[in-house]
Amino acid sequence: MSLQIKPILAALRRHKAGTLLIALQIALTLAIVCNALFIIHDRLAHIGEASGVDEASVFVIHNQWGGDQSEQEIDAQVRADMAALRQLPSVRDAAPASGYPLQGGGWDNFITMTPDQVKPTTDSAVYGGDEHLIDSLGLQLVAGRNFRPDEVATMGDQQMVIPPVVIVTRALADRLFPDGSALGKSFYAMGATPSTIIGIVQTMHRQGTSTWDRPYAGQALIWPLRRADTRGLYYVVRAKPGELAEAMREAPRALYAQTRMRIIAGKDGIQDYARIRQRAYDRDRGMAILMGVICTVLLAITAAGIVGLTSFWVGQRRKQIGVRRALGARQRDILGYFLTENLLITGGGVLLGLVLAVGMNLWLIVRFASQPMPIAYLGVGVLLLVLLGQGAVLAPALKASRVPPVEATRSV
Amino acid sequence: MLVYYLDLAVRSLKRNRVLTTLMVLALALGIGASITTLTVLRLLSGDPLPQKSARLFYPQLDPSPKDSAITSKGRLPATMGYVDAMNLLHAHRATRQAVMALTRAKIMPPQAHAHPFFSDGVMTTADFFSMFDAGFQYGSGWTAADDESGAQVVVIAGFLNDKLFDGADSVGRMVRLNDHDFRVVGVLKPWAPQPRFYTLGLGGDHYGDGDAVFLPLKAARALKMGPQDTECYQAVDDFSHLESAPCQWLGLWVELDDASAVAAYRRFLDGYVREQVALGRFQRTDTSLLDLMGWLRDQHVVPDDVRLQVYLAFGFLLICVVNTVGLLLAKCLRRSQEIGVRRALGATRREIFVQFMVEASIVGLAGGVLGLAFAELGLFGIRHQPAQYAHLAHLDLAMFALTFLVALVASLVAGLLPAWRACLLAPAPQLKAM
Repeated sequence: MSLQIKPILAALRRHKAGTLLIALQIALTLAIVCNALFIIHDRLAHIGEASGVDEASVFVIHNQWGGDQSEQEIDAQVRADMAALRQLPSVRDAAPASGYPLQGGGWDNFITMTPDQVKPTTDSAVYGGDEHLIDSLGLQLVAGRNFRPDEVATMGDQQMVIPPVVIVTRALADRLFPDGSALGKSFYAMGATPSTIIGIVQTMHRQGTSTWDRPYAGQALIWPLRRADTRGLYYVVRAKPGELAEAMREAPRALYAQTRMRIIAGKDGIQDYARIRQRAYDRDRGMAILMGVICTVLLAITAAGIVGLTSFWVGQRRKQIGVRRALGARQRDILGYFLTENLLITGGGVLLGLVLAVGMNLWLIVRFASQPMPIAYLGVGVLLLVLLGQGAVLAPALKASRVPPVEATRSV
Repeated sequence: MLVYYLDLAVRSLKRNRVLTTLMVLALALGIGASITTLTVLRLLSGDPLPQKSARLFYPQLDPSPKDSAITSKGRLPATMGYVDAMNLLHAHRATRQAVMALTRAKIMPPQAHAHPFFSDGVMTTADFFSMFDAGFQYGSGWTAADDESGAQVVVIAGFLNDKLFDGADSVGRMVRLNDHDFRVVGVLKPWAPQPRFYTLGLGGDHYGDGDAVFLPLKAARALKMGPQDTECYQAVDDFSHLESAPCQWLGLWVELDDASAVAAYRRFLDGYVREQVALGRFQRTDTSLLDLMGWLRDQHVVPDDVRLQVYLAFGFLLICVVNTVGLLLAKCLRRSQEIGVRRALGATRREIFVQFMVEASIVGLAGGVLGLAFAELGLFGIRHQPAQYAHLAHLDLAMFALTFLVALVASLVAGLLPAWRACLLAPAPQLKAM
């Protein structure tokens, strides 16, 4: 095989433009495919983030108040609503909440270790709920204890209450107290008084999924607060296993039986977690699909380009091939010639492509705050294009190898 | 002559159908992707008020303490506190000026048995409508006196008027908002500038339908209606007195007619801030006065993903063009003998060149037509996405024309090298080889 490289190079020199064009196309394809694969992987990893919620059984009701009620009346109504929901045969537990994981954005506070600290230590998503919230979401309490009913405070819509106790996620606990001693320690979350950590839950996603949330991924805290907001609040309801649909039908009926002075919007008023998750990651999924389509089409076009150009070369060189066959070259040799030729072109293109791919990644980092691409993506891209090139050239090369030696005697 | 070239080109393209289809399809895919993404980008980065945007400015200042970490990296807060917004508003240094915050308003329809519902609203001041060219179907806006007295008046959008009053002239009638009666003074004509520039920084959607109700700020605040977004640089435990809290929640827009007015306002703003520093209220002297389009850029109104998609689509188109160059080149070299015969029969180099460019542009036009179909398909897909701007994605006349321009330019660029190579071929060796 190695003996063949010299004549191949000599032949390629006679097709400079075509060779360069294929190499350039391979290089550009490699650059885009590598980066697209990386973006796809990045988005899919994002989509797959755990929420910590028992997603198969939990749904969320956005309850807005229709009447003109005082905060006391609203608080009483929330308690009555909770009692009604928890009594439903299909419901395991229910809790009022200020927001829920994957909501798409919501309440978050900066965290400091001392009240007069200027630069915050980190940021945490904030959830307010009662002692049923952890069970209603299906969160896993891994250390400490849940809230006691007497710790749950009421917070009006114009008020800010900082409760003395807090439950945090493991991610937040480890961020604030890396030595694992978080339980019993306290911190400040944009208030004058501290909150003491009484419990740690394994995982609870933030409300937001945007790039802003990323450095603070998984950092969330729950305060024992029941919001008496005159506008409305969320009810997190956990159905008994397998009874989600039933519970989603019964719950609004039970609430309207309590009072009709409420608004539960038809479309987004009640959402199960399948829908919440889908909405939260719509953009990421769309981007991943788009990248996938672009990769596939690009590879197809490049393959087609190689097939087209090589076919022409084969057609053009029929006579030379015939001469080689007549001089004793086997079909295998002809096949090897075209495969090697393609390998050389692809190799050149891939080398240029690697430079372009890394350059494009650097540009994405600067321009779009993307992450550096692991070397593995380059490896996968190179492998993909080499296989693609060899696969694409196979058909024309086989055709070439079947050129009979008698072709040498024919004029064109 | 051109007709002859066209005939030659069609024959040549027909001779190798698979290859022609491949070239057209690749070009069409590249063009379709580029035009789709470009349409979305243009839609998202468009000028919401083309006739007015150069005269609208967004002043910013920074009341937060010097060592505060909230306003990081030299960026000024997007909104203002009540005291500063009112001071600047009442100074009347611009042709028009208005402060605004977004809110949610509970609306009780007048019809019996109707359910209350929530709508988007704007709490603002009198100049809002004239400054932003919001036209009235019935009535007019409220007056500065209404602003001061806290009059319970409201301007409603046309679509809300249709819903509540069946589209009748409702000026003077009452709308029940957050359980209080507001008198309708005006009904807007359809008005929904895209992007919704005045909601940037105020916590609203950047694209989509217009707001339903417009209320005088003072009257709305008297009923404790709150802003959608509040940024506080100190701990606050009672949000009912936002006017005196260390919080920013209002946007101020000013209309300035010419460059000297802009320069004068800039001086005024800087003077105001220095005065506040002297008074001990402020510690930072930075100010900003961006025009409308500058403010849109500053707020990154166009999602990064959309820009990334445009770059990718054009990268894709580039690869398609390179692909077409390669295939056209191969084709033309294969026809060396035909070219030799034509040259020998008297065709000039120029004529050969034109012949091959005609062939390339036929591929381009076919690619453009098919690309247009792909672009329509792509936009159809985008309209069925859940994004705020989804329903706005349509191909307009300019993009329609651009599609063919891109197709033609792409194919001519692709045809250039092969045509050049073809016309340089010396006829004699080709004839000898026959």
